[in-house]
Amino acid sequence: MKKKTLSLAVTALLALGLLAGCSAGGGGTVNTDGSTSMADVMGALTEAFREKEPDITVNYSGTGSGSGISGVLDGTCDIGLSSRELKQEEVNQGAVAHVVALDGVAIVVNPKNTVTELTTDQIADIFTGKITNWTELGGADAPIAVYGREDGSGTRTAFEEIVGVEGACVYTNEYGSTGDVIGNVAGNENAIGYASLSAVNSTVTAVKVNGVAPSEATVKDGTYTIQRPFVMVTKKGVELSEAAQAFLDFATSAEAAEYIAAAGAVYPN
Amino acid sequence: MQILFTLCGLVAVGFVLLISVYLIISGLPAIREIGLGRFLFGKIWAAGQNQYGILPLILTSIYGTAGAVVIGVPIGFFTAVFLAKVAPKWLAGIVRPAVSLLAGIPSVVYGLVGMCVLVPALRNWLDLPAGDSLLAAIIVLAVMILPNIISLSETALDAVPKEYEEASLALGATKLETYFRVSAPAARSGIAAAVVLGIGRAIGEAMAIMMVAGNVANMPALTKSVRFLTTGISIELNYSQDGSLQRQALFSIGLVLFLFIMLINAFLNLVLKREKED
Repeated sequence: MKKKTLSLAVTALLALGLLAGCSAGGGGTVNTDGSTSMADVMGALTEAFREKEPDITVNYSGTGSGSGISGVLDGTCDIGLSSRELKQEEVNQGAVAHVVALDGVAIVVNPKNTVTELTTDQIADIFTGKITNWTELGGADAPIAVYGREDGSGTRTAFEEIVGVEGACVYTNEYGSTGDVIGNVAGNENAIGYASLSAVNSTVTAVKVNGVAPSEATVKDGTYTIQRPFVMVTKKGVELSEAAQAFLDFATSAEAAEYIAAAGAVYPN
Repeated sequence: MQILFTLCGLVAVGFVLLISVYLIISGLPAIREIGLGRFLFGKIWAAGQNQYGILPLILTSIYGTAGAVVIGVPIGFFTAVFLAKVAPKWLAGIVRPAVSLLAGIPSVVYGLVGMCVLVPALRNWLDLPAGDSLLAAIIVLAVMILPNIISLSETALDAVPKEYEEASLALGATKLETYFRVSAPAARSGIAAAVVLGIGRAIGEAMAIMMVAGNVANMPALTKSVRFLTTGISIELNYSQDGSLQRQALFSIGLVLFLFIMLINAFLNLVLKREKED
């Protein structure tokens, strides 16, 4: 009996040890935390970085831009990840932005939809509920299901600001992640939604906006207008660990360009 | 050895206290800033525009739970009568494990099936722009609370003394009359406890309904996308800024939900106590 209790106690202690994993990294570990939109880019960068510096482990947890920025400000992670520009109050608290990539926000519809080109005004009208049927856009006679992200999401903030529909959107459904939006647009012929260009796959169609198809080239030269930065965030006055500094240097170097491109985002410089 | 047992008991109490205190401390500031009336009875939830009214969330949680009870309780009760009284042994031997299996299915799986099967079906049948709706959530919740209702009701029905039923039959009542006029009333507090437990499960569920309810904070309507108290917290938590009013308001929603569940628990205890006294 005593032995059992002991082993139970040991198990409990070990389980507690798991929780300790969230603390700021030292030595060869870099903890990054933030935007779920940056998952692909982070995956590509981490993998490339591992080959270069096999001793350094880079952890990524996709919790959201807000969490990532507050994480770096609170010191719970080394580098915060944000898929929107920093807010003034965040800059005031000491957040420093390092732009590593640009990302187009694609407007996606179901592949069966015959509407494949929209203007910014039409997009605004759809998302504010002025246009409610696909016939008004030359499509089939079907109601429009407007899918978006929840309040506070970097993608939503970026989209609403760029299109000029801040706070005026009438959503049919809201989802908690980029993947959910794409999955649900792929599953509903009536749906329209927005998602990070890097996350768009063949299950949905990304429409042309003002005649320009979203692609790396059109995002980089600025002709595709619905785009946003991917930012690595550090805190002013806090010195990064050697490992974190190495990773940040790598991510912002010209060397990272091909990996960022491979992940579907655009190298900014 | 005894110390260890005591310690374990205290750990549970400690966590309850910790959670209660934490929830109250972190939930009150936003309510104070927004104003209790405007928080509880405001009809618009839009963090982007500093509008924090959770009436749509509260009503959705109440309607959703009520809907699940309206569908789930009759089906659950009849199944319990079937299992306890009507079913031949071999058939009950198949149905009973199936019901326990239903209880063991993780809620994310309920949500997944709802999302992939129920939601598109509703969209096609009712000709909606999207099938994610209060109705979809109610159906999923109704199925989720079934096992609770069935197993507790069955236990209650089993506990009814055989003599009651035999007396009723001997007086010339049919079997059906006996089940509904004698057995069910005798087991009523157990059945009531089953219903209350079902309500508790339904009102606290988040994952499954987040996948089928659409998550827009509309005033509840059967075919519209809605947001529950639980999903209201989980969908916005990740992207809300730490320390912001939005984050604090989410904790306030948690506090309201906590109070709801405390009320239900208190009610359950009352029902169970009355059963004991009976």
